Amino acid sequence: MQMTKNQTKNKRIASDMLKNILSKYSMVFIFIALLLLFQYLTGGIIFRPLNVTNLILQNAYVLVLALGMLLVVLLGNVDLSVGSVVAFVGAVAGKLMVDMNWNPYIVIPLALIIGGIIGIWNGYWIAYLGIPSFVVTLGGLLMFRGLTQIILGGKTLAPFPEEFQFISSGYFPSLNPGGFHLLSVILGAVITIITIFMLISSRKTKEKNLYEVESMGMFITKMILTIALIMGVTWVLAQYRGYPFVLVILAFLTMIFSFVTKKTTIGRRIYATGGNRKAAQLSGVNTKSLEFWIFVNMGVMSALAGLVLASRLNASTPQAGEGFELDALAAVYIGGASTSGGIGTVLGTIIGALIMGLLNNGMSIMGVGVDWQSAIKGLILIFAVVFDVWNRKRKLKA
Amino acid sequence: MAKYILEMDDIVKTFSGVKALDGVDLKVEEGEIHALVGENGAGKSTLMNVLSGVYPHGEYTGDIVFKGETCEFKRLSDSEKKGIVIIHQELALVQFLSVSENIFLGNEQSTKGVIDWGLSNKKAKALLDKVGLKINPQILVAEISVAQQQLVEIAKAMSKEVKLLILDEPTAALNDNDSENLLKLLKEFQKQGITSIIISHKLNEVIDIADKVTIIRDGKTVETLTKDNISEDRIIKGMVGRELTNRFPKRDVEIGETIFEVKNWDVYDETFRDKKKLKNINFHIKKGEVIGIAGLMGAGRTELALSIFGQSFGSKITGEMYKNGNLLKIKSIPEAISNGIAYLSEDRKSAGLNLIQSIRENISIASLDKISKNNIINYGKETKIVEEFREKLNIKSSGISQEVSSLSGGNQQKVAIGKWLLSDPDILFLDEPTRGVDVGAKYEIYSVINEIAAEGKAVCVISSELPEILGMCDRIYAMSEGIFTGEVKNENVTQEELMELMTMNIKEGVS
Ligand SMILES: Nc1ncnc2c1ncn2[C@@H]1O[C@H](COP(=O)(O)OP(=O)(O)OP(=O)(O)O)[C@@H](O)[C@H]1O
Ligand SMILES: [Mg+2]
Repeated sequence: MQMTKNQTKNKRIASDMLKNILSKYSMVFIFIALLLLFQYLTGGIIFRPLNVTNLILQNAYVLVLALGMLLVVLLGNVDLSVGSVVAFVGAVAGKLMVDMNWNPYIVIPLALIIGGIIGIWNGYWIAYLGIPSFVVTLGGLLMFRGLTQIILGGKTLAPFPEEFQFISSGYFPSLNPGGFHLLSVILGAVITIITIFMLISSRKTKEKNLYEVESMGMFITKMILTIALIMGVTWVLAQYRGYPFVLVILAFLTMIFSFVTKKTTIGRRIYATGGNRKAAQLSGVNTKSLEFWIFVNMGVMSALAGLVLASRLNASTPQAGEGFELDALAAVYIGGASTSGGIGTVLGTIIGALIMGLLNNGMSIMGVGVDWQSAIKGLILIFAVVFDVWNRKRKLKA
Repeated sequence: MAKYILEMDDIVKTFSGVKALDGVDLKVEEGEIHALVGENGAGKSTLMNVLSGVYPHGEYTGDIVFKGETCEFKRLSDSEKKGIVIIHQELALVQFLSVSENIFLGNEQSTKGVIDWGLSNKKAKALLDKVGLKINPQILVAEISVAQQQLVEIAKAMSKEVKLLILDEPTAALNDNDSENLLKLLKEFQKQGITSIIISHKLNEVIDIADKVTIIRDGKTVETLTKDNISEDRIIKGMVGRELTNRFPKRDVEIGETIFEVKNWDVYDETFRDKKKLKNINFHIKKGEVIGIAGLMGAGRTELALSIFGQSFGSKITGEMYKNGNLLKIKSIPEAISNGIAYLSEDRKSAGLNLIQSIRENISIASLDKISKNNIINYGKETKIVEEFREKLNIKSSGISQEVSSLSGGNQQKVAIGKWLLSDPDILFLDEPTRGVDVGAKYEIYSVINEIAAEGKAVCVISSELPEILGMCDRIYAMSEGIFTGEVKNENVTQEELMELMTMNIKEGVS
């Protein structure tokens, strides 16, 4: 009697644990499933070195925007203007470099500053006058798209100077020209070692600081998957032209954002404000200035994405960046952020961005039309949010 | 043999491995008022959530028999169909809907799918009459007081066919008068044949109203007392597991010079900017002193504290504020905090805590500079400090990583207090510091207040519970409609005299 009671109890605990793992890492499973699905549907094209390189180059903007958007969403806001800002900054950069022959080394910082000013514009209305972010940035979406067309006069500006093209078409040099990209492989190995070290040390700090840590088995699985991803990508890239330069930008940004959200008081304040704004204010958090700077940051990130895109296309076009705001928001929500603020991580956002990038790339290879692509991405976004809501309700009860 | 309307037998409920209920029995007779008491985190709310189907059958073990029928509720609406209605600890009204919309939320009065507003309002009016609330059913919930909201919740419950009414700490946020009215209402309902279960930490109420009292401790039933052997001491002993001879710990502190002083403090309303909310307030606190501000709901006590705390309430604030004789010019909350002022909010859910984060983040948020260097958080230090406060305040939890939303109400309150203790203030405003806190824990909180005073700091307690004010404060300011109506030394005043001061001046009001 006692025995059976214990057995059912054990079963219960095991099934609870499985459910937990499934819900916590659900997006990782979905990512892997999508990889396998596209591998099958595209007949293996998706894993070819040239394609993996393209996937990274074409979708770098998603991650850049999504990281900025994560902070925006953590405060319970949205920024719908990023796609138009991408186009606007690209247009200004094009005008200066193509029509007026300005030096890229001046134009690049200038473009980022312009992005910051746009952020100041958005942030001021939202943070200090309390206008809903949806309204302000919807206005921005229309306004900057219009300004882009005015600057470009409906034309496309091209080509850019070589230095500028390097952003999106530069690679790490190969040590043995023509052959295998040894330097990238060495870099990959170094990154792998650093990653292993960081994962272990972060687990140790967590344990020491009374955080709940996942089981050892789970931890090792996680580590193996991460290492496999890094080494796999490195291996494939090395067969083509090695690590593209944008990867450096992406890695750098990821590290900064991850550090800020996890280890700094700014991160604490962001989560506190997103979770309960009133309580954060009464605890001495200057929520207005926080909100303001988050929009300034979003502006700079949009400008950066604008530069990356312009460099990639090697042109400034009036339609650049259309729908990017939704890609970025989708990445953030798919990555587990909550629409009401206070919940979301950089790691989740990276996975969300990977899923969006994979969808973009995979469907393009399969020749899925833009119409269907957009329909499918929309559907996935809705599922991600529904899943999040359902999951939170379940957690509240358990 | 009495007839039981409800029998709960050997209820066990675990949260991720931790037992919140560990074999609770509860038997309630038809037509009685049954009180459920126990320490914070004992499992009272959890037990009621099991009963009402918030935790569906299958997530707990044990039997529920209601009106002779074994029940396996899958959701809240299942129990409502049987006539079991619960009013939760944290009110669940929608602030920006009208009273009548709230009453009929999910149960809209409609003809052919179109809401019949006339009918809704008429029915709402009748229900409000029943609970003795004279307000227009069309005004927004946000505009009425907490006591009135509580009555709206009850009216909402009455709109259903109630057989068993469950009230989880209905009077926690109410002052004595409002509480009394609410309890009278329960008696009224009893005459109409409605059985009620009431959870409360206000033991005098429990004794007044309950026919039976069931005590739970650590998820187990200790005993059920019947009318003749209900006594405060017996209840406390059952709850805490030992006798508690004194309700208020002794304080033996040398009172020093004035550390904080407010002069000619005038504050206008935030939205109606020509309406004066606080008029010519003058008070001071000495080193080592605990002062109290006594007043009815709406007297402006919270507004006063907020206006001092970085001008977080009000407009056109004039007057001076001195700390140790130096004029303070404080315009924001961060400035207030760095000048050593702290304010514990009366409403922990909406203004005190970030429920979706853990104990750690909540306790450290107001003292981030203490646990960081160059804005980088020192996790080791944070862990140590927060863990210290968790132990000191005796916060019942699985660890500092437990999410605050999953703590019991009283333990959430302790987290909010811990946040301000960590900030190590010189002047501490405590707005309803023991709301929803059990007797034992109240004693612990009072002891902490005494410790702060002993360190030579100044404490100001705002409370609707007069016994608390009288038990804790050296000096008391009475407040009515935005004006201080009196200042008395504790030893020279009775509860009645204080009440008189608190209700004075009401006709004149603030001009
Ligand atoms: N969702 C949850 N997840 C984990 N633990 C929980 C959850 N809900 C409640 N608990 C735990 O169950 C225990 C009982 O909580 P409960 O809210 O029933 O206490 P209570 O008797 O109502 O206390 P109070 O008087 O403070 O309201 C507490 O230790 C609490 O931390
Ligand atoms: Mg409770």
